[in-house]
Amino acid sequence: MIEIENVRKSFGALEVLKGIDLTVAKGEVLTVIGGSGSGKSTLLTCINGLEPIDSGRILVDGIEVHARSTNLNQLRRKIGIVFQQYNAFPHLTVLENVMLAQRKVLGRPKAEAEAEAVRQLNHVGLGDKLTVYPSRLSGGQQQRMAIARALAMSPDYMLFDEVTSALDPQLVGEVLDTLRLLASEGMTMICVTHEMKFAREVSDRVAFFHQGVMAEIAPPAQLFEAPESPDLRKFLAATH
Amino acid sequence: MFDTALTTNDLIFLARGAGVTLIVTAIAVFFGTVMGIVFGVFRYQVGPWWAAPLTFVLDIFRSIPLLIQLVLANAFVTTVLGWRVSGFTVACGVLSLYTAAYCAEIVRGGIEAVPPTLRRAARSLGLSWGQDMTSIVMPLAVRIALPSWIGLALGVMKDSALVYVVQVVELLKSAQILITRLQEPLFLLIVCGSFYFLISFPIARFGGYLERKWSRD
Repeated sequence: MIEIENVRKSFGALEVLKGIDLTVAKGEVLTVIGGSGSGKSTLLTCINGLEPIDSGRILVDGIEVHARSTNLNQLRRKIGIVFQQYNAFPHLTVLENVMLAQRKVLGRPKAEAEAEAVRQLNHVGLGDKLTVYPSRLSGGQQQRMAIARALAMSPDYMLFDEVTSALDPQLVGEVLDTLRLLASEGMTMICVTHEMKFAREVSDRVAFFHQGVMAEIAPPAQLFEAPESPDLRKFLAATH
Repeated sequence: MFDTALTTNDLIFLARGAGVTLIVTAIAVFFGTVMGIVFGVFRYQVGPWWAAPLTFVLDIFRSIPLLIQLVLANAFVTTVLGWRVSGFTVACGVLSLYTAAYCAEIVRGGIEAVPPTLRRAARSLGLSWGQDMTSIVMPLAVRIALPSWIGLALGVMKDSALVYVVQVVELLKSAQILITRLQEPLFLLIVCGSFYFLISFPIARFGGYLERKWSRD
């Protein structure tokens, strides 16, 4: 379970998170929508401790992420994150990309790490690209590789930060299909996205962020069909 | 066409000089690179403010002509400190620091060229700072920095000719000794230049080979 309690976060004078309260249960798929600068991506990077927070707290399975005593490297094994940029390690093959953290962080033996990497790459449809370097892959393939890389760590939670935003339109589908597959397998996911159709289909709940505040959160049918706040109505009107 | 007084023994003498040049260069490049990596990582990691004293010292080594550094260092070590060290040791020491000063900049530039988003992705997978540095940053920074580093190594090899001022007889000094004796300056300089080329060329080609190999990734 991820518990976010009254989290505040500023970059200089700009307050990007103005007291967020949110709980994500095991197995839940939460999508986060909102305009740019609404704080939704920042929240994700705070959840796995890549960004410090100013006040409040975030608990992952009861462990406080930003406590001094928390071993972040250990905690991050539980939380996979995939970013807008694909971040493929260019000097490693697809297989090596997916094996690296398994070997270094989990200390898995080579054969085991390789078997797991192959399994995850097959899972995302890259089973035929194992020995290829990332520069030979399309954006969509690189993004799927990044997803496999995170999944290979056997995380309990997956965070997706606008993973389709940098892709050509014709490549968005393949990545969303991968996310749908994960959701159907029961993975706990928080997806920051601009894909409204996707949000509507896969989410258990959808959260709408506006200017650093979680303005509305509800099951997709309710949120999309009967938006309560004027800001959300405006946002939905603009994205349709 | 050639009527020269150069004997086989003289050639061996030159080859020995070339050997000294190679050894001085190898020592300077090795220790200079090791120190350069330490200084470069330090400078990158602590930021410009805290690294200012180190940056200042390295700037001194980069801006004062090597010849002056050698003479002053030699005088300081032997006369002021009264150490009994050979010119060879002084030469290696000064040349190492000189190399380190340039190498630190190359290393810092290489690290800075690794996209921060890539490092963030590495850390998000649970890699520690050290693991990120060795598995991600180092391999990528080395690829970026290699051409500059090869240039530095070749430059140091040629700059090492200046160590004659602390009584180290390396390649160029050997050639000068022969010129004084044989009075065939042009021919001897061609021979000496060929020696330099023979040592430099493989290094340059090796760098080119690595670049091609890595660009296939």
